[in-house]
Amino acid sequence: MSVKAENINESTKWQDLTEGLKIHEPATSKLFLTGEWRTETPVWIREKCRQCLLCVPYCPDSCIAVKDDRRQDFDYDHCKGCGICAKVCPFGAIEMEQPKE
Amino acid sequence: MSTKTRMSGNEAVAHAIKQINPDVMPAFPITPSTEIPQFVATMIANGEIDTEFIPVESEHSAMSAAMGASAAGARAITATSSCGMALMWEVLYVAASSRLPIVMALVNRGLTGPLNINAEHSDSMGARDSGWIQIYAENNQEVYDNFLQAHRIAEHKDVHLPVMICQDGFITSHAVQNITLWDDGPIKRFVGEYEPEHYLLKEDESLAVGPYAVSPYCMEAKKAQAEAMKRARKVILDVAKEFEELTGQHYGFFEEYQLEDAEYAVVAIGSVCGTAKDAVDAMRAKGVKAGLLKIRVFRPFPGEEIGEALKHCKAIAIMDRSESYSSQGGPLGAEVTAALYRAKATAETVNIMYGLSGRDVKVEDMEQVYESLRKLAAGEEHFAEYPYLGLRDGTENVLSRQ
Amino acid sequence: MRHLTEIRWHGRGGQGAKTAALLLADVAFQAGKQVQGFPEYGPERMGAPITAYDRISDREIRVHSNIYKPDFVAVVDDTLLHTVDVTAGLKEDGAILINTVRPAEEIMPLLKGYPGRVYLLDARKVCMATLGKYFPNTPMLAAIVKISEVMDIDVFLREMETSLQHKFARKPEVLDGNLKALRLALEEVTECQ
Repeated sequence: MSVKAENINESTKWQDLTEGLKIHEPATSKLFLTGEWRTETPVWIREKCRQCLLCVPYCPDSCIAVKDDRRQDFDYDHCKGCGICAKVCPFGAIEMEQPKE
Repeated sequence: MSTKTRMSGNEAVAHAIKQINPDVMPAFPITPSTEIPQFVATMIANGEIDTEFIPVESEHSAMSAAMGASAAGARAITATSSCGMALMWEVLYVAASSRLPIVMALVNRGLTGPLNINAEHSDSMGARDSGWIQIYAENNQEVYDNFLQAHRIAEHKDVHLPVMICQDGFITSHAVQNITLWDDGPIKRFVGEYEPEHYLLKEDESLAVGPYAVSPYCMEAKKAQAEAMKRARKVILDVAKEFEELTGQHYGFFEEYQLEDAEYAVVAIGSVCGTAKDAVDAMRAKGVKAGLLKIRVFRPFPGEEIGEALKHCKAIAIMDRSESYSSQGGPLGAEVTAALYRAKATAETVNIMYGLSGRDVKVEDMEQVYESLRKLAAGEEHFAEYPYLGLRDGTENVLSRQ
Repeated sequence: MRHLTEIRWHGRGGQGAKTAALLLADVAFQAGKQVQGFPEYGPERMGAPITAYDRISDREIRVHSNIYKPDFVAVVDDTLLHTVDVTAGLKEDGAILINTVRPAEEIMPLLKGYPGRVYLLDARKVCMATLGKYFPNTPMLAAIVKISEVMDIDVFLREMETSLQHKFARKPEVLDGNLKALRLALEEVTECQ
């Protein structure tokens, strides 16, 4: 299938969709910016973080990347603001920021 | 390149499976299709084929496993009947919309209830809108030949849809009759190896099958699926032509028996058509121009061709082996009548309910149907409602009046 | 000679009436005939009355109904005569074959005045003399072939020998007993006067 997910949108004709809507490439979820759904936003307080990495496997959207055994800042393009990371952090290193007016 | 022998309809399907040697067969036993997975399991145990048989815990799992195998790149088949197919219901639609070329041997049996195990078309007719191609057979030879053609149709790049190969439970599935079997070599070449372009286990392939589709995409996908069903029309005929070149057996969307100059026609599906042919001969011997249109392909429905083939008739009986409880008649009645309307036919029509739950149909019954058609065309007969054939209604009429 | 011979079998579940019908179709096929052999399925269980059918013809068989006007009827168990209308629709120029140890005087009153030919066979006696076990199918098959004349007896015996040789390839002593049972049944079956 030549048609790429990035070229499919709500204007695409039926003839141009894939057969059975099969997806013929990996990681197309990257194209879908679910961070737009977020109301509360997790904030990483680096000075309190002990890099235990407990937040990483708890994140249901894989929005906490790890590099050289250390967590990085949140992927706000995809974080939906569920708050699980803040709940599980033993050190109070993640706080949920309320939406600004 | 052939062997004349005798076997039942179920054995005939099993022989086709042996010649095809599919990759995977998940199945759960249910009468009257049980013999098919039994025969296949025996062939595997005897080392005659190397199909992976999956003894699943239900028919829902059978169709799910067939889907998984097919998506993974395997040639997958299954067999079932009646309530077994009802338990597959959800997955039937998913298999079709995921465009997986699964082939199913369906041995038609009525859906319960009342609880009954005999021949009826309520199982497959209920699934007529599931997106499966449906091909029906009159006898063991036809179900064998149809099964051999099924993979070629399902796997064709213009189609990619599952196919249901149907035969009448017990009436053909358990009746031993003469049959001609085609030699393995030419048949294996005809069926060919399954070489899908995309499949889950393909090296370097990244593929997701069956994703959630939101409204802005789902309707477009259904349109594409409907177009594939339309394209299947040509593929079915092309495959039939190639099969005819190989075997001499002619198949189309339907068979016309003495129909060309017929004034009175019966339209039916399945084993009753053999009985109807004997009735046609008996009526012709009495000078009545009787004919038969036997539908082989019900999905896609060859409406235009059926309308053309029938529109010269004076009166037409459309025979349903499945009550739709619509108060108007059965599914075949509805679709053939619509086809006749589009063809601007002026024939009188009557939709007859017959053979429910295995109720036997005799040649004399079919002769009575032709006699009723003659009266209907002459204005001597009138049916206020769609009649039942052979119903006990307190009258002597073969076709019910109340 | 008929173009189409229709035979109806009556038995009880487990006695092999269905198998007998399929065996007859099989041997008739071997003799070059068009055949159709099928049981009528209901809620049958061991001992429940069952019906099976054969059509044997020189022409293609297309009809798929049960048989209502048989040329011949074979009754594998004579206790059925009390409960099942075995002669229903049986053609007067046909015949009925009954497996029984009882004399004609006891059987005839149970046949509702059927005017055609009536044949009796003590299949148990034949089986015990040849097989040492009671398998009524084999003698009944031979007797119905003789009565119905659906094929030449020599052809029948030859084809049965071929198929039994295949079936009992590892038990030649069983083969011999079966062939003796067929031949003895052909002698033992008698027409009631």
